[in-house]
Amino acid sequence: METIGGFAIWFGVIGRFWPVWLGLAIIMGLSYAFKNRLGLYGQLYDSGVGIAGLAIVLFWILTAMFADSIAPFDPIEQFGLLKRKPPGVIEPGSGIPFFFGADNLGRDLFSRMVQGSKFVLTIAPAATLVAFMVGITLGLPAGYFGGRIDTVLTFLANLVLAFPVILLFYLLVTPGVRETPIPTTMAAVFFIFPVIMFATLFKTGYGARPVLFWTLMAFTAVIGGWLYLGLVFNRDPLGIVGLDPNELNIFAAVVFASSPGVFRIVRGLTMDIKTRDYVAAAQTRGEGPWYIMLWEVLPNARGPLIVDGCLRIGYTTILLGTLGFFGLGLSPESPDWGSMINQTRGFIRLVPTIVLPQTIALASLVLGLNLLADGLREQSLKD
Amino acid sequence: MFILRRLGVMLLTMLTLTLIVFALVNLEPNLKKLALEQNNNRMTQEAVDSWLEQEGYKRPLLVRYGEWLGNSLKGDFGYSTRFRKPVNEVMPERLGYTGILAFWVMATMVPGALIIGVLAGMREGSKTDRSLSVFSIATTATPEYVSGILFTVVFASWLGLLKGVSKAGDVSFENFALPVMTMSIYGMGYIARMTRASMAEVMTSQYIRTARLKGMSFGAIVTKHALRNALIAPFTVIMLQFPWLLTGVVIVEKLFNYKGFGWLLVEAADNNDIDLVLACSLVSVAVVIVTQLLSDIGYAFLNPRIRVQ
Amino acid sequence: MSEPILEIENLSISFFTRAGEIPAVMDFSCTVMPGEAMGLVGESGCGKSTVALGIMRDLGNNGRIVGGSIRFKGRDLVNMSDAELRHIRGSELAMVYQEPMASLNPAMRVNRQLMEVPMIHEGVSKGEAEARALELLAAVKLPDPERIAGAYPHQLSGGQQQRIIIAMALLSKPALLLLDEPTTALDVTVEAGIVQLVRELGEKFGTSMMFISHNLGLILETCNRITVMYSGEAVEAGTVKEVFDRMRHPYTQGLFRSIPLPGADKNVHPLMTIRGQLPLPHERPRGCNFGPRCDHFQAAICDIGDLHMQPVAGETGHETRCARSTEIDWAAPPTGLTVHEPVKPGEVVLSVDDLKKYYQVAGNSMFGGGEKRTVKANESITLEAREAETLAIVGESGCGKSTLAKILLGLETATGGDVNLGTTEIGSVEIQDRDTRTVSSVQMVFQNPFDTLNPSHTVGAQIIRVLEQFHIGDSLEARRKIMLELLDLVKLPREFETRKPRQLSGGQKQRIGIARAFAGRPRVVVADEPVSALDVSVQAAVTELLMEIQRSSRTTMLFISHDLSVVRYLSDRVLVMYLGHVVEYGTTDQVFAPPYHPYTEALLAAIPIADTKARKKHIVLEGDIPSAMNPPSGCPFQTRCPRKHEVPGDRCEREVPAMRKLANGHQIKCHLSDAVLDSMESVISLSEPTGEAAAEQPIPS
Repeated sequence: METIGGFAIWFGVIGRFWPVWLGLAIIMGLSYAFKNRLGLYGQLYDSGVGIAGLAIVLFWILTAMFADSIAPFDPIEQFGLLKRKPPGVIEPGSGIPFFFGADNLGRDLFSRMVQGSKFVLTIAPAATLVAFMVGITLGLPAGYFGGRIDTVLTFLANLVLAFPVILLFYLLVTPGVRETPIPTTMAAVFFIFPVIMFATLFKTGYGARPVLFWTLMAFTAVIGGWLYLGLVFNRDPLGIVGLDPNELNIFAAVVFASSPGVFRIVRGLTMDIKTRDYVAAAQTRGEGPWYIMLWEVLPNARGPLIVDGCLRIGYTTILLGTLGFFGLGLSPESPDWGSMINQTRGFIRLVPTIVLPQTIALASLVLGLNLLADGLREQSLKD
Repeated sequence: MFILRRLGVMLLTMLTLTLIVFALVNLEPNLKKLALEQNNNRMTQEAVDSWLEQEGYKRPLLVRYGEWLGNSLKGDFGYSTRFRKPVNEVMPERLGYTGILAFWVMATMVPGALIIGVLAGMREGSKTDRSLSVFSIATTATPEYVSGILFTVVFASWLGLLKGVSKAGDVSFENFALPVMTMSIYGMGYIARMTRASMAEVMTSQYIRTARLKGMSFGAIVTKHALRNALIAPFTVIMLQFPWLLTGVVIVEKLFNYKGFGWLLVEAADNNDIDLVLACSLVSVAVVIVTQLLSDIGYAFLNPRIRVQ
Repeated sequence: MSEPILEIENLSISFFTRAGEIPAVMDFSCTVMPGEAMGLVGESGCGKSTVALGIMRDLGNNGRIVGGSIRFKGRDLVNMSDAELRHIRGSELAMVYQEPMASLNPAMRVNRQLMEVPMIHEGVSKGEAEARALELLAAVKLPDPERIAGAYPHQLSGGQQQRIIIAMALLSKPALLLLDEPTTALDVTVEAGIVQLVRELGEKFGTSMMFISHNLGLILETCNRITVMYSGEAVEAGTVKEVFDRMRHPYTQGLFRSIPLPGADKNVHPLMTIRGQLPLPHERPRGCNFGPRCDHFQAAICDIGDLHMQPVAGETGHETRCARSTEIDWAAPPTGLTVHEPVKPGEVVLSVDDLKKYYQVAGNSMFGGGEKRTVKANESITLEAREAETLAIVGESGCGKSTLAKILLGLETATGGDVNLGTTEIGSVEIQDRDTRTVSSVQMVFQNPFDTLNPSHTVGAQIIRVLEQFHIGDSLEARRKIMLELLDLVKLPREFETRKPRQLSGGQKQRIGIARAFAGRPRVVVADEPVSALDVSVQAAVTELLMEIQRSSRTTMLFISHDLSVVRYLSDRVLVMYLGHVVEYGTTDQVFAPPYHPYTEALLAAIPIADTKARKKHIVLEGDIPSAMNPPSGCPFQTRCPRKHEVPGDRCEREVPAMRKLANGHQIKCHLSDAVLDSMESVISLSEPTGEAAAEQPIPS
């Protein structure tokens, strides 16, 4: 079997990623040129850590976007002759090399790694976003009102946090649970929070401007309802958004596991910010509690929340990897990085390189997110 | 009064969580899976129903939970269908193995993390700080199933120094080095970053300036004035690492085929071994809750502001 | 004449940031002789603290001395090695800081922190160090030194903590003591005690001092010589008497004219303000830094080249950086004064009758019991405020003035008694249940300018929101127009509409706060120390603005303050509070003239006055303000009252005095007999201009 050498592999890989390089150059070049006008995002370009983190994260976002043109092969196509072949082996049919070799079933590791980014980069940010909505909608009143609401909500959050994550997934993400209405119910509950939050946000902020208010409410209802139907019940009338039952199961479980953490942070920040004079000023002009929480407190908590969001997307990436590693909830065909690690790790002794692409991909994405969070924290503290 | 209330909350947490676990493992599809596994895979639905009826799984959930609770309080945690032995005979041995592993993880991770954190935070913005910080960030980005595999590739496959699997109960360097290293490195970065942040904050505080302007040397300032204050915050973080340690244990034990508590938990969950899953949850939750309590007490002890009031 | 302790020549200090070099101190010179106290005065950002840190050589990572020399006892401090520096710090050169709580290690007992000093510098044994520490704790007049030595810092009050820091600084008998705003964080009566202590210790130990403050009155009470700083430079230096009585720099003169002096009347002598604001370090003008704000500015003289300190003719040691010091007529009265007619108060707008506010507090959080305790934040408060009148509420921390404000605004409800706004009862109505008109009728100006505006919204949006909330204007355009008019009202440019609060200075933020409070045409405005966090020159401008708006809108103002000079200057009537009780209530003239309540008397004696002609009676209160959690029995003031012995028996400890009506509605809550009250003398008196200045305050020389 013909193979290509180390240099050729790297040149080949770099060449395949050309849309990513182009995208990176345009985005980062433009951002750097206008960094003074871009607020906190622009300030990131002043710190080495921030640039590095941003570059890595953008790299993976662009890879996920252009995955279909970067990956030379179908991620689930099996080439029986190439099983466990080392990096650089050329697929005889097309003459295109398997840059990173083949896995135990003869699938192209490079293509699987590239395609795997799509799964992670849709589920992780989306689940984190929903978890934030849930955590914010519950954390604000807990921190602001205190008292009994706080006691009950904090107890519930601690309940989830006291439960080992892995056991939680073993109990929640199983085919057995999928046969019951539990995942759909959980998703139905979680996805209602964003709608509630936006409706309250507009009601309290623009209640005095009816035209603007009703326009925004109509938007919320249409977009919220559309996403709700598509994501929770997989019945998008347009057929654009949808989640498989197993993906919905994972989604709901991840949101369930990470919203208590968000809740705690939001609650802490709220308790701190509510002592400020501008909150007292809002109270003395008779503002309602939800206006104060959403318009006076929340905007000033955004710095720590953005930083935490980055870290949390990274953590969710690790969680999704864990799920794949334990073979929970994902089909064996699925090219997600965790499953790939699990399927290939038994062959380390034969082909040590067989596990490298997926492990390094996962670690680098999380590293990028952590560096980005660190850069953001550093820059937001400078003001 | 405060302690009583705290104990009440702990008890309530345990009860709620076990009830939830109980409800989940007793879901209809899970019971069916159990029936098929315990008998044979080609059982008809009627046969499954009658087996479940016969074994008492069809009685109301709360009645059976009450029964389980009563037995557990008497110290009887039921029967493991996977190992075909009472839970009490399966658990302690596995817990012991994991205890040894966890001990070594803590023993390497905590001092390592504190040293890194203190060195980095001592002089914020210095070269030492920057390189140690990037190192800590990198370690928090590599979960056990990534670092464990990478270490295996390097140390077992390429260098041939260590073994890729660990036998439970064998406390030797070759046997323990990889799992302990894998787990402690992932946790180390997090604690180190907390320590660094705390140390850096303390070093810029007014009372450190007071000490400096008293004419104290830098070393004396760090050891006498900064350390104690800087370690208060990471202490809580370290204590709260135990729940994380549990997840880590499960991954590492699977990765290195180490037959401890984590391995047991996976086996129990995979086979819907009801009593064993419940016992495992109980142990995990108890570990988490007790460490939380200890961390609060320890925090109050370290921090005179709370202690003396 | 002996050798100077400290000689600073042409010192320049810069901070190096990513934005480049930022000069903080430029061309600064001064000399401190043995036993002398030098005052360093200036507003925030003028570089006075940087000078102190430069002397200690503690400028952090990015600060550096870029020019000039500092000689301490003849030794060069600038090029001294770290080891030598360590040897000097704490033993020969010591410093006292602004925030006493933050300056002590929270996890170490007080005696351990004190003992370190002699152990490091003199290598004495533990036992000896402990004895020395106790000795100094007694020297700084701490009650029960043994108990305090074994305590943690958080168990002590701010005043006690500051005394400990002073003790720590004096333990090795330093030659020079730097005090950086040592009393700014403390209450007035506690401040008076610290100031007296510093003066006494200076005499006792013969220590030279450098006293850094923004408060001219404090400098007068503590120092022999003074250096005035502005924007990184010394602008005037000389003896206290020369500079106070014959200032030769327009900035110094502006400073003096912007602080209210006792006896000033708000209608006849409005405060003079310094226009504009402190230039940012990288926007300093050419020539005189004060030029753009100076009334005597003349192009081609003041804006060319660097100006240097030059001696004032006929006065050795008195120097000024003003290029026109010989041309300006320093004795000319301030111009541009407008005399206002005194406002005639209208009918009663707000009346409070026997108001009580009690809080239930859980006993202890962590290990203690759970029994509840009652904190009496307000106890039987009665007051009336008329239209267009200013009622001052005076008191120190914990006196209940903030609780009173919260009840008026509806953030808390009263436990007992009535609060009436016009004819509506509002004391028991929470803000959520008040109608819009009532809400907009009672508004507040907050204390901290950095906290009063939401940093996330633009100035314009924040004001428009207020208008929306109060149903003023019927469309967005109408509200925007009103908002712009409000900006005009508080004398801010209309471009500020789109600014975020972080782009504004403290004074500008406070103006927005005022615009916001007056947006809904309130009948009552509660101003909670609205200027205390601002610089002196800005204070005057904001105070004047507030009074001008109040005058034209005939709003009732409740002015909460601890600063009696400001209160005397702007209020019509005064209410003095102590530990939740009203102890004295009357017109400004009544309260500021005898007979006084003993607490008012002590408060008056405690305020530092920046006037060499003023003489004060010497009253320094013992101890600290008791906690409201654990108030004393009987009269709330009995634990600190210097006149307690004049009341026979233990009546003060047994019963709370009733409110007594003296002549013309003047009320005092005290057991003192009429005879004692009648024999009281005025606390502050102005001596003849020719009299010996500040003779009552012996100054070491």
